[in-house]
Amino acid sequence: MTSVLHQAARPQQPPAPAPVSMAAALNQALADALAADDRVLVFGEDVGALGGVFRVTDGLAARFGEGRVFDTPLAEAGIVGTAIGMAMNGLRPVVEMQFDAFAYPAFEQITSHLAKLRNRTRGQVELPVVVRVPYGGGIGGVEHHCDSSEVYYAHTPGLRVVTPGTPADAYTLLRQSIDCPDPVIFLEPKRRYWAREAAVLTAAGPDITAATVRRPGRDATVIAYGGLVATALEAAQTGAEDGWDLEVIDLRSLSPFDDETVAASVRRTGRAVVVHEAAGFCGYGAEVAARLTEQCFHYLEAPILRVTGYDIPYPPPKLEEHHLPSADRILDAVARLQWDDHA
Amino acid sequence: MSISAPSMPVSRAGRPLLPGDRPLALLDSSGMPVGQDDPPVPGLAAGGLEMPGPDVLTGLHRSMVVGRRFDAQATALTRQGRLAVYPSSRGQEACQVGAAHAMRGQDWLFPTYRDSVAIVSRGVDPVEALSLLRGDWHCGYDPYAHRVAPQCTPLATNTLHAVGLARAAQIKGEDTVAVVLLGDGATSEGDTHEALNFAAVWNAPVVFLVQNNGYAISVPLAKQTAAPSLAHKGIGYGMASQQIDGNDPAGVYAAVRAAVQAAASGDGPTLIEALTYRIEAHTNADDATRYRSSDEVQAWLARDPVLRLENYLRTAGLLDDAALAAIEAEAEQLAADLRDRMNAEPGCDPAELFRHVYAQPTAALAAQHRALAAELAEAELAEAELAEAELAEQTGAGT
Repeated sequence: MTSVLHQAARPQQPPAPAPVSMAAALNQALADALAADDRVLVFGEDVGALGGVFRVTDGLAARFGEGRVFDTPLAEAGIVGTAIGMAMNGLRPVVEMQFDAFAYPAFEQITSHLAKLRNRTRGQVELPVVVRVPYGGGIGGVEHHCDSSEVYYAHTPGLRVVTPGTPADAYTLLRQSIDCPDPVIFLEPKRRYWAREAAVLTAAGPDITAATVRRPGRDATVIAYGGLVATALEAAQTGAEDGWDLEVIDLRSLSPFDDETVAASVRRTGRAVVVHEAAGFCGYGAEVAARLTEQCFHYLEAPILRVTGYDIPYPPPKLEEHHLPSADRILDAVARLQWDDHA
Repeated sequence: MSISAPSMPVSRAGRPLLPGDRPLALLDSSGMPVGQDDPPVPGLAAGGLEMPGPDVLTGLHRSMVVGRRFDAQATALTRQGRLAVYPSSRGQEACQVGAAHAMRGQDWLFPTYRDSVAIVSRGVDPVEALSLLRGDWHCGYDPYAHRVAPQCTPLATNTLHAVGLARAAQIKGEDTVAVVLLGDGATSEGDTHEALNFAAVWNAPVVFLVQNNGYAISVPLAKQTAAPSLAHKGIGYGMASQQIDGNDPAGVYAAVRAAVQAAASGDGPTLIEALTYRIEAHTNADDATRYRSSDEVQAWLARDPVLRLENYLRTAGLLDDAALAAIEAEAEQLAADLRDRMNAEPGCDPAELFRHVYAQPTAALAAQHRALAAELAEAELAEAELAEAELAEQTGAGT
C-alpha cells in the first residue's frame, strides 16, 4: 500500500504518458466533450452498441446513454440534415459518416445548408456541427472505402476542414472542432487510427486554424496533412541520412489555410514539396503551390513540386501501394528541386 | 408448425396510417359544411376534423385576403423589376394561412420559396420576407424572431432540418413542433424519404404538409408518382397520414392543428397531403400554357379557397360587406406600404459579403474584404473626379 507520505517523499517526476492510438485519442475527445457539455450529441450509423466500425465511439453509448449517443437510420443526408436542425435548436451534434465515399449522399446538406446557413441568415443561425469522416487509403479497403475527399469540402466557403496527423493532435483538434462555432469537416486518416504515440491528451495546442512544424529543417519544406504526415516525417528521417535537412509541416487545417506558418517556412528553405493521397489534378496541392508562389516567389529556388496520388479512381487494394505517395517518392521530388550542391 | 400472419398495425397512437377513400374537408367548394357522417357532397369526408371556432375562421379569412393581396403585389413588383423572381402561391392560400394559423407560438415553420404568404401570416415583415426574391440578401428575417426557418430553395432539404429541430426539442424536453411545407415534386426527392423515416423512427414532433398543387414546374403528378396518393406514402414509414382538401381553409387548419397537438402530446409525426392548385405559372419566368389547359385552371378557380370561406362566413353571419371592405382596405394598405418600401433601393453593404461566412472572418477573407473596399474607394474617387470635371466643363461652357 502506498501512503500519501510515501508519495510525497518521492522525487517530483511526472509519469511517462502511456502510448495512445489515434482511435483511442478520438474516443477520449468525444467522451470528454460529452462530459463537458450537455449540448453535445454523438450519432450516426453503428456508433451506439457497436462503437463505430473503427471503434472510435466505443463505450460512449453505454456511458452517456441512448439520448446522447445513438444509432440513426442508414442515411447520410438524413444524419447531416437532422444535425442541422438540431444545431438550429441549440445542440452541438458530432456526427459520423462511416467512410469517405459514403458521405457523398450528404453532400447537398453539407454544401448547400451546413456551409451556408450562417451566411444566409446574416449570422443569426449558427451551426456548430462536426462531421467526422474517416478518409483516405492505405488500409487495403475495397472500392468506396479509401477516397480522399478533402477538396470537395475545402472548396466550400463556410466550412472548416481539419485533419490530424498524430494521436495527440487528433484529441486536440477534435476538442477544438466541437467547441468551434462554425461547422467543421473533421477528416480522420483511417490508416493512422492504430498508430500510437506517448502523449498527454489536451485540448490546448495550436489554434484550430494553425499549421505546425513537425520537424524543423533548413533545406526544403515538405508540406503534408492527415495520413501522410507520418510518411513525410519518414522521408525526412531517411533524407537526413543522405544529407537533406527537411522541414515537415503538418497543415492540420485545410480550410482556412495557414498562409503565415507555411509561407514563413518556405521563405526560410526556398524549396517546397506538397504531398497528398488525393489525385493531383485540381488537388489540394495545387492551391498550396499557387498560394506559395504568390507569397514567396522571390524566395523560391525551384518550382514547388507535388507528390500525389495518380489521377485515377482509387485503386483496388492489391494495387494501392503503387498509387499512394511514399517516402521514396517524396525524396525523389526533393531531389528534383534544382539543387546546385547535390549531385 | 403453422405460420400465422404477423399482425399488421394500420394505425399509430390510434391514428390511421392510410388516408381515407375521399379527401377530408369541412367546407365544400361552395362553402357549405361537409356532414360528419353523411357527406352531402360526393367526394369529400369530414373524417373527424373539428370545425374551428368563429374567431379562428374570421382570422383565417382576413389573413387569406391580405395574403392574396400581398401575393398579387409581389407579382406586380416582379413585373416592374423590383423582384428578381416570384413564385406565386395564388390559389394555395388555404394551405399557406391554414398551416400558419394552426401553429402555436413556440412551434417552428420550415417554408419553401413558394411559401411567402405563410411566412407573412406567421408575422414576418413582408419586406423582410421578400429579401431572397428581391436579391438584397438570401434571407431577410431573423429565423428566431418568429420561429420561421429561411425559405428553402433546394427541394425537400428543409424536411430534414425540421425533423432535426423537432428531435432536439424532444431531447431537451421542450414543447415545440416543427411544421414543414413541401410540394408534390419534393416528395420524389430522397431527402423527403429520409425525413419521413427519421421522424417516424424517432417519433419526432413534426407535421409534414405536402401542398400537392398538381405540378412541379411543368411536370404533372402522374409523372411524379405511381402511388395511389401522396398520403399513401406515409404507411411505408409507419406514419399517420391524411389526404385533405387543400382549398378548404377550415379543413387545413383543423388537420394541421390536430397534427400539431398529436405531435406535441407524443403521438408522433403526421403526413398531410393537401390537394390544391397553383393558379399562376411556376414563376413569372415560366409559361404554363405550354403544359396545361386553361379549362383546367378555370375549374380550379371555381374552387377558390378565399371565396369558399367568405361564402361560409356570410351564411353563418360572421362576415358582412362592411367587414369585408375593412379587410380589403387593410390589404390595400399593406400592398401600398409594400410598394413604397420595395420601391426604395435596398441598402446593400458589400462588406457583408465577408462578414457572415464564419463566426470570425478568416485572414484570407479579411484581405479580400480590404481589397474590395479599396476597389470601391477608388471607384468612388474616380466618380467624384469625373463629376467635378463635368461640372467644370459645364461651368466653363456657360461662361
